Amino acid sequence: MSASDAPSERAASPRRSWGPLALALPALVLLVAVIGYPLATIVIRSFTEPQAGLQNYSWFFSTPVNLVVLQRTFTISAWVTLVCVFCAYPFAYAMTAVGPKLRMLLTLCVLIPFWVSGVVRTLSWVILLQDSGVINSMLRSVGLDGVRLIRTQTGVIIGMAQVLLPFMVLPLYSVMKGIDLRLVQAARSLGAGPIRAFFTVYLPLSLPGVYAGAIIVFILALGFYITPALLGGPRSTMLSTLVQNQVLSLLQWGRGGAMGVVLLVATFLLLALAGPLMRQRHKQGTR
Amino acid sequence: MSETGKQRGAAIDLSAVSKAYGSFRALDDISLHVEPGEFMTLLGPSGSGKTTTLNVIAGFTEVSSGSLQVGGRSVVGVPAHKRNIGVVFQHYALFPHMTVGRNVAYPLALRGIAKAEREARVKRALDMVRMADFAHRYPSELSGGQQQRVALARAIVFDPPLLLMDEPLGALDKKLREWLQLEIKRIHRELGTTFVYVTHDQEEALVLSDRIAVFNRGKIEQVGTGRDLYDAPATLFVGRFIGDSTVLRGRPRGDRSSTALDIAGETVTAPHRHAGDTQPVLLLRPEKLTIRRPGSDRRDGHNRLSGTVSEAIYLGSGSKYEVRLRDGSTAIVRSPLTDTSFAIGETVELCFRGEDAKLLADDSTADTTLT
Repeated sequence: MSASDAPSERAASPRRSWGPLALALPALVLLVAVIGYPLATIVIRSFTEPQAGLQNYSWFFSTPVNLVVLQRTFTISAWVTLVCVFCAYPFAYAMTAVGPKLRMLLTLCVLIPFWVSGVVRTLSWVILLQDSGVINSMLRSVGLDGVRLIRTQTGVIIGMAQVLLPFMVLPLYSVMKGIDLRLVQAARSLGAGPIRAFFTVYLPLSLPGVYAGAIIVFILALGFYITPALLGGPRSTMLSTLVQNQVLSLLQWGRGGAMGVVLLVATFLLLALAGPLMRQRHKQGTR
Repeated sequence: MSETGKQRGAAIDLSAVSKAYGSFRALDDISLHVEPGEFMTLLGPSGSGKTTTLNVIAGFTEVSSGSLQVGGRSVVGVPAHKRNIGVVFQHYALFPHMTVGRNVAYPLALRGIAKAEREARVKRALDMVRMADFAHRYPSELSGGQQQRVALARAIVFDPPLLLMDEPLGALDKKLREWLQLEIKRIHRELGTTFVYVTHDQEEALVLSDRIAVFNRGKIEQVGTGRDLYDAPATLFVGRFIGDSTVLRGRPRGDRSSTALDIAGETVTAPHRHAGDTQPVLLLRPEKLTIRRPGSDRRDGHNRLSGTVSEAIYLGSGSKYEVRLRDGSTAIVRSPLTDTSFAIGETVELCFRGEDAKLLADDSTADTTLT
């Protein structure tokens, strides 16, 4: 009997052609020129300067401070990503739930930081976080002990999360606004309370947005330079600061290049691990 | 899905239910009783309040005033997830991240039912809608009709005493729709659950329902079997919404015992008395009118109206004619095949017995809501 209800025929997929590729050509040329070429140079120099061989890599892995900083870079980036997820998730949800005018306002709140230079934003965090800054004055005025925020890992995480928040909010919002809220209603009718309905229906459907945002934020955080340099202390140095030190202060281009390559390879490894997870979600999430 | 079978449906009682959104009254003093196990259809044009009524019963919308009982228990203020009512949506609302099997198991998992029993019940529900072979597919891999059958299985798998369906076949093509109507009827018979079904399609309502409640502008115009609504519409709106009809309007000239209408110089009479303050209209079903060439043998006691044929439709079992009357309105006539046929443009005469006409009050609002 069930065969009599055959699926309706699918629309034929448009034929693949190389034509549209021409549209991508200007951007491709630019990317190859400004990213591909310098990248290739860095990789080559890391193996050839001061002389050919693996000495830059053996230096990197045999110097304890490098490994500590590498690990710290990943730890801080993971924390920043986590903070961003927890701040951005309710914010992005609110963007889908409010009316058009409020949504405009919330979108502006996300975008305004993009229009302010990163240095300015970080310096304003210095004002807020420093020992005699706004936060500590407020704490003391209500009789609490001040906390040390500037030149600590916490300060760096706060500052970086603020800068990177839009990169989490926007992909989350774009996924969330595609979620059919009537599915949540259906879950309610089937016996799920609001919390169960959220965890069994809404959250799984929003995960592609979480993954996309998390990967963007994490990768951007790995390469962060200005914010950790200004908000952090010696104990919160990230890899980019070491690279800068090697290249600009010590003129060790080979060593700096090796550090960059290590970071790049580690990032690719992480992406390769996250990739299959995301593809699976994506397949299930299509309607 | 119960082992015991029949007589498990819950009664529904809506009493003086209203729902207002600002100054707009989506539901205006609705009262409706549904018998246990009954198939009740809420029929009406869009915006008439039928879906709001369904949402009120489901718990998606709270009433502004009035009382609502399901199975003899007031459910006002009870959240949707505690009402134990199955709902089937027009848009299927299957969870895209779960397979068919997990979708159907979802309400059972929420109720903490053990895995073995869960699997057995999922299988039984999918068998009932003839989708057992699809348990491992994702909804995106199914056609619309298949998705709706899975949604139906998911809504009945937890044995709710009441199943609500909101235009479940609205997005499907006609042939599939007709087949699924019969499937829904069969499932209703097998389950014994109370069904409340929302549609704007009067044919669908007639096929499926034990009784039909006709909604218009937030009110119920009439509740009755399909035959009640067709033979004895309570309002002009109902008469025009269910089936074909001819509506005669004219200057009333009646005395106390009967009603006479002057329609562009021709007078028709009906033996009913109408209440004075509203404009009377006469409503006629197509088979109550006979069509013939003018000047044929005169039959006493019959009303006669002249007009020209504006449309002739061959139906196989007979013919349907649209006749433009002198006052510009259109009459619809169905005549058996054996009769003479009439050509478009031909001048004809329509006859009917006064007692076959239904006297109703002219609610001119019916014109604006019918499109």
